[in-house]
Amino acid sequence: MSGLLEVEDLDVHYGLPGAAGTVKAVDGVSLSVERGRTLGLVGESGCGKSTTGYAILQLVRPSAGRVLFDGTDLCRLDKRSLRRMRRKLQIIFQDSHASLNPRMPIGDLVGEALDIHGLFPGAARAGRIRELLDMVGLAGHLMERYPHELSGGQAQRVAICRALAVEPELIVCDEPVSALDVSIQAQIVNLLQNLQVRLGLAYIFISHDLSVVRHVSDDIAVMYLGKIVELAGKDEIYDNPAHPYTQSLLSAVPVPDPDIESQRQRIILKGDLPDPAHPPSGCRFRTRCPVAIAECAAVDPMQVPLAPGHWAKCIRLAEEA
Amino acid sequence: MPLLSVRNLKTRFATDRGTVRAVDGVSFDLEEGEVLGLVGESGSGKSVTALSIMRLVPEPPGQVTADAMTLDGTDLLALSEAEAREIRGARMAMIFQDPMRSLNPVLTIGRQLTEVLRRHQKLGGAAARRRAVELLETVGIPMPEKRLRAYPHQFSGGMRQRVMIAIALSCNPRLLIADEATTALDVTIQAQIIDLVKRLTRERGTSVIWISHDLGVVAGLCDRVNVMYAGAIVEAGPIRELFHRPSHGYTLGLMGSTPRVDGQGPTKGARRLTPIEGMPPNLIDPIPLCPFLPRCRVSVAACRARPPAPRQFGAGHWASCFADLAPRSAP
Repeated sequence: MSGLLEVEDLDVHYGLPGAAGTVKAVDGVSLSVERGRTLGLVGESGCGKSTTGYAILQLVRPSAGRVLFDGTDLCRLDKRSLRRMRRKLQIIFQDSHASLNPRMPIGDLVGEALDIHGLFPGAARAGRIRELLDMVGLAGHLMERYPHELSGGQAQRVAICRALAVEPELIVCDEPVSALDVSIQAQIVNLLQNLQVRLGLAYIFISHDLSVVRHVSDDIAVMYLGKIVELAGKDEIYDNPAHPYTQSLLSAVPVPDPDIESQRQRIILKGDLPDPAHPPSGCRFRTRCPVAIAECAAVDPMQVPLAPGHWAKCIRLAEEA
Repeated sequence: MPLLSVRNLKTRFATDRGTVRAVDGVSFDLEEGEVLGLVGESGSGKSVTALSIMRLVPEPPGQVTADAMTLDGTDLLALSEAEAREIRGARMAMIFQDPMRSLNPVLTIGRQLTEVLRRHQKLGGAAARRRAVELLETVGIPMPEKRLRAYPHQFSGGMRQRVMIAIALSCNPRLLIADEATTALDVTIQAQIIDLVKRLTRERGTSVIWISHDLGVVAGLCDRVNVMYAGAIVEAGPIRELFHRPSHGYTLGLMGSTPRVDGQGPTKGARRLTPIEGMPPNLIDPIPLCPFLPRCRVSVAACRARPPAPRQFGAGHWASCFADLAPRSAP
């Protein structure tokens, strides 16, 4: 069965001035998302997870590859058709205060989304705005308020509301709860999950927080320096992580239980992320990898299938298989 | 005698809208070599408590009072500004979430490290440089001689935090306060930094106050925890006690709203988290009852009649809460 969204060999490359090289921010990423499902995209700063999200929406134009949404390749659309298409694909960001125009009251911020796509014109507009605010748990009287009068959680609800206004099928959620306190974070996570069930939305949930991603996702892709290194269903990837990067990433996440924490064996990675303009040859993770061997420098690892819907890119896994 | 003793600390800020009671009657002790966690949400008073101890709250608009606040016998509140400067960096030090904002962007790392050593330890130029190289080596910065000449922007976030730790520990302080020191870092880098702080402070017997919103980090690092809400400590206890028998409605709420990477704990198998509804109170208006009451899921009749007093649940474990939670959450 083909998904709502099919991304094939997506590249986003940035040429650097002079002979400084090329940053391959996204390099050969393929993934798919079905209606009503959530794909979690995890990895550390600079791994390309946000750029992947932007490239899917054509907010940055991919250098190569295809982004098939319901069968249409978004990369080939001109500006006008893309704009029409964007009704189906929306995005919410981490810092919603920064994504809301500070000079517009909440009602207009939501109404703007309707106006752009010519939805609910005239008398129906105000009622629809109220209905949308209600859907995200905001009281109608907030229509007159300005973004600076809102808390972080309320501002995120407005951002979600704007995205919902145009009745999208897919929402890219780029670190939507990372700036929020845990109690508020749980409110927003629940809201996103409830809306998904009610409206059949597909989500790409981008986050560095592996605990939240486990909670919300159906499938999870782990990225490192522009590439997906492992992809699997959520329980599979947490129970049987195969790629050494996934394993170290999971082992680094603290668990709120002192007994477990005192027993845990952490895989502490050496050093920092390499310079993305000059990534290591072969496997990009090899410079920090605890199990790297000489061949890792020579070969760009291929996908090794491990279980239905589970693969990882590591030549050490191919040895075992 | 505890290294640090705080009794009835109150820190207020005068604003146009009224007086904000950012910290409202905080008391705790910190023993020699102990690691104490301070958890709570934004605005709960964690950072202001730390800044008050460090004597870094600007007065005015701030106003810091306490019945007692002593470090190793020194009355911190009686210190003049100049005396406080002598103690900061030498006997107590602090690291922050964003090292880029604590480091001077136009001075080399070497200059910023040696400045502390020259000022507090009265080391000469060459001796201070030698010590700075050693310190960078201790915190795991490769090629320390070369890196002394580098500027903060030439370091990654994790490396900058290592530099901050080197500066903070350079004069062997008795107390280190870390305010969300790993919050801005990626998890694998966070693991490195926590590992480093654990090792260095254990070796030196440094007492640590670790401020974090992340219950997981606190569970792995701390001996005891104070949970703060609306400017007050609402629950305090030894780490295992507090995590296995949370006894305040707020602590329980925090745990129910935190998904876990291992899929276990109170949120195990839950399709939905149990959020804490609503928002924290504003700290200008007086709060006559339990400050958490409007958001509490386990409140009882007494909560609406009078403010809760601390109740003892075990050795060093207490909570200001009327609800009987412990049996329900016992392992």
